[in-house]
Parts: sequence; structure tokens; C-alpha cells
Amino acid sequence: MRFLRQSWSVAAKDLRSEIRTKEALNASLSFSLVILLLFSFAFDPAAEQIRDFSGGLLWMVFAFAAALILNRSFARELENDCLDMLLASPVPPAALFLGKVSANFVLLMAVELIALPVFGIFYNVNWGMQAASLVLVTALGTWALAVIGTMFSALTVNLRLRELMLPVLVYPMMIPALMASIQLTTDLIAGQPLAGDSFLWLRVLVAFNVIFTALSVVFVDTVLLG
Amino acid sequence: MSASIAVEHVWKYFGDFPALKDVSLRIEPGSCVALLGRNGAGKTTLLRILAGLSRPSQGAVRVDGRDSREEATRRRVGVLGHAIGIYDELSAFENLRLFGELYGLDRPKDTALEWLERIGLSAVRDGLAREFSRGMRQRLALARAFLHQPSVVLFDEPFTSLDDRAIAVLQQLLSEARARGATIVMSTHQIREAMELSSDVALISRGKLAHAGPRTAEMLADPGWLYRQYGDGQ
Repeated sequence: MRFLRQSWSVAAKDLRSEIRTKEALNASLSFSLVILLLFSFAFDPAAEQIRDFSGGLLWMVFAFAAALILNRSFARELENDCLDMLLASPVPPAALFLGKVSANFVLLMAVELIALPVFGIFYNVNWGMQAASLVLVTALGTWALAVIGTMFSALTVNLRLRELMLPVLVYPMMIPALMASIQLTTDLIAGQPLAGDSFLWLRVLVAFNVIFTALSVVFVDTVLLG
Repeated sequence: MSASIAVEHVWKYFGDFPALKDVSLRIEPGSCVALLGRNGAGKTTLLRILAGLSRPSQGAVRVDGRDSREEATRRRVGVLGHAIGIYDELSAFENLRLFGELYGLDRPKDTALEWLERIGLSAVRDGLAREFSRGMRQRLALARAFLHQPSVVLFDEPFTSLDDRAIAVLQQLLSEARARGATIVMSTHQIREAMELSSDVALISRGKLAHAGPRTAEMLADPGWLYRQYGDGQ
């Protein structure tokens, strides 16, 4: 129980800070909307092929927009040496990590759930045929982004070029989860239910989340303290 | 008597550079140790290792008989570093409540309110820390460090750039901590204040422990005596 309370305290602190400053949230949301708008000029929104690359387009936007939120995750702890005070407190590093992942997950989901209807309008796509499944897949893909992104945010927090290094490290690691999310999103937007091959991709995504969440929880102590 | 803090043959390397060289030190419970040394001598490195913020490259550190990274140890240690360690985007109350929750206090809200009253910030409890004056932020940082009644207090340059009111709060908190038997280790360049407060003195020179022992009358009368004695004058 104490572990969960400490995780919640860290998550609530991060969310409260972000809601007050809106630094990462505004940047990420504007970036998503601008990219969706620009690509809508590049492609014909009336074309049937739009459904074939809808998943790829959406997840490309989500992944790039996520970097703006994830970069701030540990960087905000550098002001006033707050990270040292968190590490000096009796919070297990795993609770600290999961608190930060949860806050990032909420922020990323907020951006994505705003971007999704905008995507539907700009590209003339009815994404609501499998809405519940689409939200599930988005949540699983976003958890993967939050876990990997938060871990590398911790790893790069003391680097001068962390804004550059984070995407360089995160995207290659995310390839299996992104492939699964793209495939599943494309199928769901086309109206196909989660069955057959889609189910296999769903299992890949779940397995990715379980494995990388567990590995991150085990290694975060080493990452933070060296 | 078992030591409150035991540093055993600690080495710390940054790359190839040894910041600490085979440092061994025993600090008895209830003592107040002034950790002295020139800039770059290794004081902050040693304090960070004691606080569990850095691992020694070799050797071991035990606080109250436990590893410094154990949760039970960190629950008993209060740390104040060079920076204030409070969140600018949270209010004074939210900052103290957050650390109360992280330290597992039974009543974090009530404790936060009590401390705000004590440091004279209850009237601005909902003000964001970034809007506070330097002195107010310093008092908030002191409350954060003492919130959980630590039995081991680790301070890095505690008197540097504090205003008069914050110094008064700090001296009051340190004397209360000593009265309840807390062990205090503070690194400082303000030798005179340190000598007046401390029961013991440790001098680090170029990563090595040059001297460790009780503060003597000579040190109190002439704060520079120790540096001259070990050829490490500033």
C-alpha cells in the first residue's frame, strides 16, 4: 500500500506541476495538431488508401509528440536539485519510476484522445467503428511509450544533449510496440475487430509492456544512482 | 558504543579521478560533526554517499548499522544540499505535504501545516514556491529537511547565503535535533559557526581524511588552526 501511495504522490506532483505550467502539454498538443494538419494537405483525405496508412500516421504523430512530454519528465527534477531530494527520501526507485510513468501516460493519453477526433475530421475517417478496442490499443501503445520514454528520460537527464538523445534512444527500442500499435490501429480504423492476426499483434503489445515494465522497475535504481 | 555512521575504506572515482581515497570515519550517535576542507576536497562527495545519493566505488557506508540506500535508513536521514530541493510549481503546503507523504508520515497534511506555522509561512501556505523571496524558500527547504524528525542530519554548506531569519530557524532546528540525540554532519566553509556548533571535526584534504576527532578548545579559539596544522590553509 505504501508503495502505491508513494507512486501516487509522485504522479500527482508531476501532473499538478504540468497542469500549472502546461509547458510540455501545450507543445505536444500543438505539435500533434500541426502535423496532422500538414499531412492532410499532403494526402487526399477522400482517398480510400487513407485507411491503409492511418495507423502509421497516427502513431508517428503520437510518438514524436510524446518526446516533448517525456523529455520534461526527469528534466523538471533538475531544478533546485529536486531529484536528489526524491532519491534521498525513502521512496523506492521503482515507486518513483511508476509514478512518473503514470503521470506521463495520463498526459500522453490526453494529447492522443484530442488528436484522434481531429484526425477523423481532417482525414474524413470514421474511427469510431471499433472505438473501445481502439482506445484499448491506444492505451497499451501509450503505456509502452511512457515506460520506455520515462526510462530513457532518467538515463539521459544529466546529458547536455538530452532533447536529442531521448528520441534517438527511444524510437529504436519502441519498434516492436510501434509495429503492433500501427497494425492494430489500422485494422480497427478499417472496422475489423480484434481477432485472428490482430490478436497476435495485441499479444505482442501486451508482452512488450509486461517485459519492459518489469525490466525498467528492476533496473531503474541502477539508472538513477549509477 | 556502535557508531551512528561508519565509513569504511571508501573510495570514489569519477572516471579515473579519485575524489575520495580510502576514507574511514566513525561518527558516534548524537555527535555534531563539522566536515571541513577546501573546495574540491571531497566533502560533498562524501555527504552524497552518506545520504545514499551516490554509491562508493569501493568500501562501505553504514548508517545506524544499515546500508545507506536501505529504505529504513533513508526514512531516518534528513538532507539539505547546495540547492533548496523544493518544487517551484507547488505551493508551500503542497511541497511539505508531498515530502510528508514520501516519508510515510501518519498525518502529512497536519504535519505540513504545523511546520508552515513554525517557519512563519502559514499566511502564504497556498502561494507557489517560485513566488517566494529567497529567505522564504530557504525556510521552506529547512522545514522539508526536518519534517520527518530525522535522527541523522546531513547538511552541505548549511549557512551559505541564508538570510538572518533562516539562520535563526536553522540554529533552532539544529539545537533541537541535538537535544533529541540526532547525529549531525555538516560540510561548511564557515569555520567559526561550525566550530561553535560541532562536537567533532573531520578535515578532508585532496580526497583523504586528514583529521577526525573531538573539537578542541584550540580549534574554537582559532578556527584556522586545524588547516594550518595539516598544511591545508585556505
